[in-house]
Amino acid sequence: MSAATREEPIRSTTGASAPVASVHVPAGSLRGDVRAIKIVWQRELIRFSKDKLRMITSLVQPFLFLFVLGTGLSRLASAGTHGVDLRTFVYPGVLCMAVLFTAMFSAASLVWDREFGFLREMMVAPVRRSSLVLGKCLGGATVACFQGVIVLCLAGLVGVPYAPLLLLEVFVLQLVLAFTITAFGVMVAARIKQIQSFMAVTQMVMMPMYFLSGAIFPVSGLPAWLTILNRLDPMTYAVDPMRRLVFDHLRISAAARKALDPGVTWWGWHVPTLLEAGVVAAIGVICLAVAIVEFSARE
Amino acid sequence: MSERAGGGVALAAPAAAASISVRGLTKRYGEVEAVRGIDFEVPAGEIFGFLGPNGAGKSTTISMLCTLVKPTSGTATVAGFDVNHARDAVRRNIGLVFQDTTLDTYLTAEQNMRLHAELYGVERELVGPRMRQVLEMVGLWERRRSAVATFSGGMKRRLEIARGLMHSPRVLFLDEPTVGLDPQTRSSIWTYIRELKAAEDITIFLTTHYMDEAEYCQRIAIMDKGVIVVLDTPDALKASVGHDRVTLQTDDDDAAIAEIAERFQITAQHSEGAVILGVPSGEHFVPRLFAQLGVPIRSVSVSRPSLDDVFMSYTGTTIRDAEASAGEQRRAATAPFRRSR
Repeated sequence: MSAATREEPIRSTTGASAPVASVHVPAGSLRGDVRAIKIVWQRELIRFSKDKLRMITSLVQPFLFLFVLGTGLSRLASAGTHGVDLRTFVYPGVLCMAVLFTAMFSAASLVWDREFGFLREMMVAPVRRSSLVLGKCLGGATVACFQGVIVLCLAGLVGVPYAPLLLLEVFVLQLVLAFTITAFGVMVAARIKQIQSFMAVTQMVMMPMYFLSGAIFPVSGLPAWLTILNRLDPMTYAVDPMRRLVFDHLRISAAARKALDPGVTWWGWHVPTLLEAGVVAAIGVICLAVAIVEFSARE
Repeated sequence: MSERAGGGVALAAPAAAASISVRGLTKRYGEVEAVRGIDFEVPAGEIFGFLGPNGAGKSTTISMLCTLVKPTSGTATVAGFDVNHARDAVRRNIGLVFQDTTLDTYLTAEQNMRLHAELYGVERELVGPRMRQVLEMVGLWERRRSAVATFSGGMKRRLEIARGLMHSPRVLFLDEPTVGLDPQTRSSIWTYIRELKAAEDITIFLTTHYMDEAEYCQRIAIMDKGVIVVLDTPDALKASVGHDRVTLQTDDDDAAIAEIAERFQITAQHSEGAVILGVPSGEHFVPRLFAQLGVPIRSVSVSRPSLDDVFMSYTGTTIRDAEASAGEQRRAATAPFRRSR
């Protein structure tokens, strides 16, 4: 039957004269996939904006680290920081932490979606699974970035200047990190059916990732085992360049710089900032690819 | 408005009489054959009911027709597209309403509808009018800005039906559309389904295990243990049974069944605490029964054949008995999830 035969007037039960609207769904196209990506992304934002509690709770831990731990330990650490405020030192790590937590929670919503059935509505839609996964990852990244920006606004409180270039560079870095963490979370969520299991797994992954990343200690002169673990942690490659950017804008002694911001090395070779960002992005792309394969394999 | 240039026109399926056509469809899960080579056709514009106890293979069949489950063997076309080879084309032309809710309860009704429209690529200028039309049809237009979390079970089901219609599917699949709803809501859902049938050129394929609802279908297929045991109109099915149902309450059911078999050569069955037997003319049989049966009778009723009798005569059991244990356990296990959101 052609679309034209479907134009009979439609009786409305309420008596209001609704205009006739018979819809024809177009064949799969790039435009269709872009619309799908966009609406899945938008849904993440709508849900986040309605969840005020989550906005606040995901900031609690970063704030604890920055203001409670940073302030409390600062006197203890003052001998080793060459006059630099400990809070300034941990600030890049705390920024990454805010992003890490929010991104993981965004990915967790996928497990909720499965548990409450909504995932099915997306899975039966005539769009590529890759569009759905990509939309989800972009949505999670956006939301996580929003939390990062809140922490970014606090820079002045811990002695980090509001230099536009610095803010922009840090923003881009945290965007990459947010995307990678969300993609990682979505990859894990594809295999997990229950929210409790997902939370357990992410706790097991997130805390080591955070502590090993050098967010709360300089990454040089560590024991060999810790150095190895540190270099294997993807977070390392987000925290280190972010700290370098921050320290570039600080007036501190060369000795302080050397002690607090030694930079990540591979067998003695200093890994450049762009390569570090590239490592984070590459891991994100790999996780995204695995997640897409996992979701496409499902019926 | 539907005269559009571009990709949409190419999608129009060949004008086939059959909206759904199934040949030798089989699904095997390991050793278990859930669907065993079924064949049937549903002409365009029909309300077609799939009837049977839980575990009969209804949901597996509907899942195969909706491209959610790959058939082990056999073929099926829906709206002119092969479910094995044109998955996305099938999906674009069908609407789905599942037993369990698939709404995002954080979003409003309108946001759920728009999300669906975007996923299905509904033309932008049509999204508003179409949404209004289908939401008015199910009486939810006034509530479109409310979060779905505030909706009752019946409202959610209506919203799901409206959403399933958002992209003007040619076939609407309703898997147990009224399960878990109170009788009033059930009847209002049926009102919407019949109005929908009158308003739009659409084929409706539904599964149910409520016998009274099967009466609303133009044709029904009874499925049991993975096969279609019979397929016809409700009236023809009832006529095919050809006899009245006599239901007895006695002091000793087993003795009564034995005695009925001996004296009248009629096989009576024990079901739901009563003795049930089929006879050509109930009102003439009952006086003879009273005169000849030695077992005291406490009550007796005679009824014209219903779809329950049809089901019983084709499967040898009532639909409630057939699904009693397994079905109830399954529903009890999933009920908390359904209610919670």
